[in-house]
Amino acid sequence: MSITVIVQKHSMLVFSVFSVVKNWRLTEMQVQSMFFKRTASIKLDDAVLQHNMKKARSKFVDGRAKGMLDLDNLEDIRTAAAAIRDRALANLDAYLIEFERNAVRRGAQVHWAETAAEANRIVLDIARKNHIKKITKSKSMVTEEIGLNDELAKAGIEVVETDLGEYILQLAGEPPSHIVAPAMHKSKEQVADLFVQHHHKPRLTDISAMTREAREALRGHFLGADMGISGANFVIAESGTTLTVTNEGNADMVTTLPRIHVVVTGIEKVIGTMEDFATLIRLLPRSAVGQSIANYLTLTTGIKAPDEKEGPEQMHIVFIDAGRTKFVGGELQPMLRCIRCGACMNHCPVYQNIGGHAYGWVYPGPMGSILTPTYVGIENAGDLPNAATFCGECAVVCPVKIPLPDLMRKLREKQFDLALRPWSERMAIRAWGFAVQRPRFYALMSRLGARFGAWLGGRKKLIHRLPGLDGWTHGRDMPAPTGKTFRELYRARRAGRA
Amino acid sequence: MKVGLFVTCLVDLVRPGIGFAALELLEDAGCEVIVPETQTCCGQPGYNSGAREISMELARKVLAEFADCDYVVAPSGSCAGQIKVHYPGDLFRDTPEREAFDKLAAKTFELSDFLVNVLKVERVPGKYADTITYHDSCSGLRELGVKQQPRALLALAGATISEMQDCEKCCGFGGTFSIKLGEISTRMADNKCKNIKAAGAEAIVGGDLGCLLNIEGRLRRSGDESTKVFHFAELLVEGKSKCD
Repeated sequence: MSITVIVQKHSMLVFSVFSVVKNWRLTEMQVQSMFFKRTASIKLDDAVLQHNMKKARSKFVDGRAKGMLDLDNLEDIRTAAAAIRDRALANLDAYLIEFERNAVRRGAQVHWAETAAEANRIVLDIARKNHIKKITKSKSMVTEEIGLNDELAKAGIEVVETDLGEYILQLAGEPPSHIVAPAMHKSKEQVADLFVQHHHKPRLTDISAMTREAREALRGHFLGADMGISGANFVIAESGTTLTVTNEGNADMVTTLPRIHVVVTGIEKVIGTMEDFATLIRLLPRSAVGQSIANYLTLTTGIKAPDEKEGPEQMHIVFIDAGRTKFVGGELQPMLRCIRCGACMNHCPVYQNIGGHAYGWVYPGPMGSILTPTYVGIENAGDLPNAATFCGECAVVCPVKIPLPDLMRKLREKQFDLALRPWSERMAIRAWGFAVQRPRFYALMSRLGARFGAWLGGRKKLIHRLPGLDGWTHGRDMPAPTGKTFRELYRARRAGRA
Repeated sequence: MKVGLFVTCLVDLVRPGIGFAALELLEDAGCEVIVPETQTCCGQPGYNSGAREISMELARKVLAEFADCDYVVAPSGSCAGQIKVHYPGDLFRDTPEREAFDKLAAKTFELSDFLVNVLKVERVPGKYADTITYHDSCSGLRELGVKQQPRALLALAGATISEMQDCEKCCGFGGTFSIKLGEISTRMADNKCKNIKAAGAEAIVGGDLGCLLNIEGRLRRSGDESTKVFHFAELLVEGKSKCD
């Protein structure tokens, strides 16, 4: 076997070794996006996942639709929400500086991290300085980006995820597959097994009993933690406030019980005013799960004041860039409007069929197809912007009107300009581009194509195999062309009439 | 009133009958129909693959070819959308040619939208009195608002429409997506076919040949040889036999 054949045969292996070597520097959540196609293929046949994805529709799709019926001016609110986010992005530096001023006034300390490594170092420093042994954490996708938990574990600090889905994933050692319901790929049986393994109690089958068991386990952690790490759904510049939106109330326990509170958040999360939040919160829980409001909106400003009974002694807010400034001022800036509702992936017909893990990093679905290539490099996530039919449903449901398909197309343009797509694809586009600009040549080629296709189709007028178009014919027939082109038939008809 | 017929590359190559049906519908409604001879493609395959330069060249070609027409009509939401939305809205948005493409966009229509909202037809030449189910192709629906128009026309032909579940959900074609990510595409087509069968109709009808080829291809491969697949134009002209 020649070397070229061996490389071709094992191209996936060669590519994966190459990618792992390239990515070894990335201490953050390991990028698996280069395996999108293969993982998607596996997920299509994953019975548990397929069952869960189908079930999830009633909450994520039907639920959202029902929730939106409450609003008789949804489109106006979306426009207002997009404008709120755009205003913050257009004034990002000013808003962040104002936030810092107001947060510091209330006793918080604000830190700025340009990279993931810097952010981890800052949090570790805070933990070490304060002799932290145990940390409780509420859900934060940006901490997945930077791999914070691993860094803390390496330093010998115990970290407990308190969002039930994240808690389950921590037990399983798995990454999230959805930004709102991170463990949605897990079945009740799988969770029961995990609980038996880690709680050492008799196996349960009832969901509310399992939830109760998790609550009891977490209660001890909440009370015993000396530091709490939370994310922030938004941070408000005019008051220096950070806030979380949860249904479980775990963020309350994480942000008020321990003596040190650390907020880790992306710089794009800042909004101007409480008024702004009031508009955005009308759309966030509705877009996510169809709720008119979430059970807990936890707004935190500064540390325990001298006349207050409860609250942390120290509050640290760590702002992370980690690639966000790549979006600012460019054609992809609208992506930073994102309020992390998950509606785009919930309604994406591709995501609905393959789930989140295929996307290979923190953010799945349409938002992931734009964030991942930008944050981890387009050469590592090339299939993601192509994992869309541009059906446009994501853009319809996005509460802040991010033109997701248009942004994905911009990434495809970048790939084209950088010649990142496979050689066969590039040649096909070249050939197509050559033909469609030369009408006579095109007329000849299409006539030949129509004849050939009709011949291939035979009596049944169906083509079962098309060389080079395996992607189609693997699972579908191709209805055969009728044999003559419209152009030649129309010409003949006109000649007949003349 | 000169109406330029934008045949579309797929109709030209695979199912010219749809082009002739569109022609007949427009002429029956009183239009003088021109078919510019050098037309090839609206450019969408290249556009969605990131080949911006070629897409702009093709757009200029379309602009020139249809310059003498009062209207440009296409039996495809996808092609009409490319011309009406993406030419002025993206490709030429910040260029001096923007005005010319705005004018082209203003006179370009998807076929059913043109028949119902511009020509305001009250009858169609053909009859099709069976039960059908309708697939709303993505571009036509979300870019151009094509939803009621084909249904209204089919009702004029006497058809009964049995709406399928998720009639607005993408069938998985997506142009080159159907080949690049063929497995996912096939699954999406399969989901669509299941919904079609559950609707209990004789035929599935749509307005975009790409979707229809995808759906028919999956129906046949999965063993369904009886459900018929039509472009709505084929059902609105005289003679069921025209649909071969």
